[in-house]
Amino acid sequence: MTVTEALLWVALPYVATVIFIGGHIWRYRRDQFGWTCRSTQILENRLLAPGSILFHYGTLAAIGGHALGILVPASLTAFFGITEAYYHIISAGAGTVASIAVLAGLIILIYRRATVRRVWVTTTWLDIAAYTALTVVILLGVWDTVVTNTFGGGYDYRSTVAEWFRSLLIFQPKPSLMTNVPFMYRIHVTLAWLLYAVWPFTRLVHAWSAPFQYLGRPYILYRRRFAPSGRFQIGARR
Amino acid sequence: MHVKAQIGMVMNLDKCIGCHTCSVTCKQVWTNRPGTEHVWFNNVETKPGMGYPKRYEDQEQWKGGWTLDKKGKLQLKAGGQIKKLVNIFWNPNLPTIDDYYDPWTYDYATLTNAPLTDRDPVVVPESQLTGKKQPVTWGPNWEDDLAGAPEYARRDPNLEAMEQQVAFEFEQAFMFYLPRICEHCLNPSCVASCPSGAMYKREEDGIVLVDQQKCRGWRFCVSGCPYKKVYFNHNTGKAEKCTLCYPRIENGLPTVCSETCVGRLRYLGVVLYDADRVEEAASTPDEKDLVEAQRSIFLDPDDPDVRAQASRDGIPDDWMDAARRSPVYALAMRYHVALPLHPEFRTLPMVWYVPPLSPVMDAVESMTYDTDPDDIFPAIDSLRIPVQYLANLLTAGDTETIRFVLKRLAAMRRYMREKEVGGEVNRAEAASVGMETDELESLYRLLAIAKYEDRYVIPKAHTELGDRMMIQQGACGLDFDGGPGNCGIVAPQRPFDSHFMLVEWAEDGFPDNAGLTDPAEEGETISLLDMLPRHRPSQPEAAG
Repeated sequence: MTVTEALLWVALPYVATVIFIGGHIWRYRRDQFGWTCRSTQILENRLLAPGSILFHYGTLAAIGGHALGILVPASLTAFFGITEAYYHIISAGAGTVASIAVLAGLIILIYRRATVRRVWVTTTWLDIAAYTALTVVILLGVWDTVVTNTFGGGYDYRSTVAEWFRSLLIFQPKPSLMTNVPFMYRIHVTLAWLLYAVWPFTRLVHAWSAPFQYLGRPYILYRRRFAPSGRFQIGARR
Repeated sequence: MHVKAQIGMVMNLDKCIGCHTCSVTCKQVWTNRPGTEHVWFNNVETKPGMGYPKRYEDQEQWKGGWTLDKKGKLQLKAGGQIKKLVNIFWNPNLPTIDDYYDPWTYDYATLTNAPLTDRDPVVVPESQLTGKKQPVTWGPNWEDDLAGAPEYARRDPNLEAMEQQVAFEFEQAFMFYLPRICEHCLNPSCVASCPSGAMYKREEDGIVLVDQQKCRGWRFCVSGCPYKKVYFNHNTGKAEKCTLCYPRIENGLPTVCSETCVGRLRYLGVVLYDADRVEEAASTPDEKDLVEAQRSIFLDPDDPDVRAQASRDGIPDDWMDAARRSPVYALAMRYHVALPLHPEFRTLPMVWYVPPLSPVMDAVESMTYDTDPDDIFPAIDSLRIPVQYLANLLTAGDTETIRFVLKRLAAMRRYMREKEVGGEVNRAEAASVGMETDELESLYRLLAIAKYEDRYVIPKAHTELGDRMMIQQGACGLDFDGGPGNCGIVAPQRPFDSHFMLVEWAEDGFPDNAGLTDPAEEGETISLLDMLPRHRPSQPEAAG
């Protein structure tokens, strides 16, 4: 294990994860007011519709694909009778569709932010950092999915990248698994860690506020300003 | 029966002269900040007109408020919770800044730095959003006094809903002013639309607020409000709205818009209502019955049963006393002359209006003065402001209720004139509108000469019960960018009803408090947003 390997495939992931988790905790505790998606829909509506919808749904699909490809061992899919060839068709096919959606959405969103002056003036340097990190990581990921996997010979990342990622999760890192991974995969992975490191400090935090608690919630919320007769009562109507 | 108290407002449209003092003072206090340039918590519209934002009343376009589904159950018109989550990446019903107006300022430095020349220097308008010079094509009050009416006023949704044609020739045109604030509804669709649970109705006084700490900027409150009185601050990325000036209300003072109203047309007071029957009233099948349904859940503060239950429900005695003296209750319930704005939105709004009468009397006097008093009433239908128009605005199209109110107001004026000028008390006049003479005179005093303390009967908040005020600090809608508030903590949520839920403020150290802590313990909070330089145009000082 060279020093470079140790840095890239052991130190960087853990440092980025610590910054990711710690940064979120710090920001959530200290910056509730700044915790928002900072929507610009009110400033520009038409381009946002295809851009945002394609980008977000494509991203959700891509996240799902990553979870499937990285967290689920090949032995498990094989156990359920999914052959390698069959898995490849699913991952390359669905991956290409998601790639196109994410990329198309991203291009529209960048075009919108760059050309619609009302939107551009709201842009902070942290937004630019988030956009840059996202764009680079996404472009590399799209390359890996579409060029390498779908139209190229394909690459069995499940026996290398995925195993390496899971080795990190159980704190027994195996950096040597990454040695012979194609360059475009390695740089996608490396830059993704950098994306995680800036994540908590950008508007990307809104991803964690996906309001699932809204489902099934009673519509009208009351809040009580003062405790009745000084006693703390919960949910009491009378 | 579950008694809750609400601070309500009544505006007497008869007295509004459209001076916009309420709008300007409100703006100076609340929305004179970057990000809220286009925001007017209080605005005054000329009716007929498209309004602000444009055509906000057309819910087929904007999908605000509530509707009944096929089973007769109350549903958000824009769709329920699942549909909201599906649409969370792009809100299909959100007005854009151009539906309000592109806020502008002027390059005043051009004037102050102008060299001595033969011609006067001129300032050119520039957008406050982009800093670019651009012509002004729409504004917060573009249609003031029917400006552009032949072009714009026909697009008033209330006019479009009328069967009869309305002319805009000078001789036949009509207009009146409609000042609007947040309705602080009993069944607020903005609160129901907020996926984050950041919006809430205060249990003590019914004021609807946005918790700036919990708001995540999903924008469904903005589109969910049929009155479009929740606004998106494009600088902070959070929703803001009229607070009913609650720091003043808590101290027994009227709102800024009321305090500064030169026409003294606003009334503030307590209304008691039965919280158990809010959903039932909002679900009334026929839209035209909604006004009566809302009235039916208001509780009579003189009723011994109500008083007993109110006491059990923790309504303080001074609030009960204020409810008995409430001018809002009097106008809405005793005299039945105040009506809610667009009851068909089913939000049960709590800012009510006395329909305008002045154009009525012109017509009535010319036709019937000194004849049989009963003859006033046929004239009501040939008035300058069509009854149907007022009905579309205030009674979901029910013209009978409008006629009833206009007759009362007309009879009151006629009775008082006969008494003051002719010295005779005409009991028949009062009886013809179902009132006693002393009631008619009380109504006259309330509408015409009520003093400050008669118009604003506002009990103070009970600070002696506010043992947890510190932990709520900041989460009460005041901690916007540049606002006076600070961080606060919010509580776990516990259901008590399928439609309503009481969210308690948390005690210190609640485990499910999601990491929020008392800023007093943790030191100063920060705002990443505030630390960032933006490419915003410099904000010149307000026009001076």
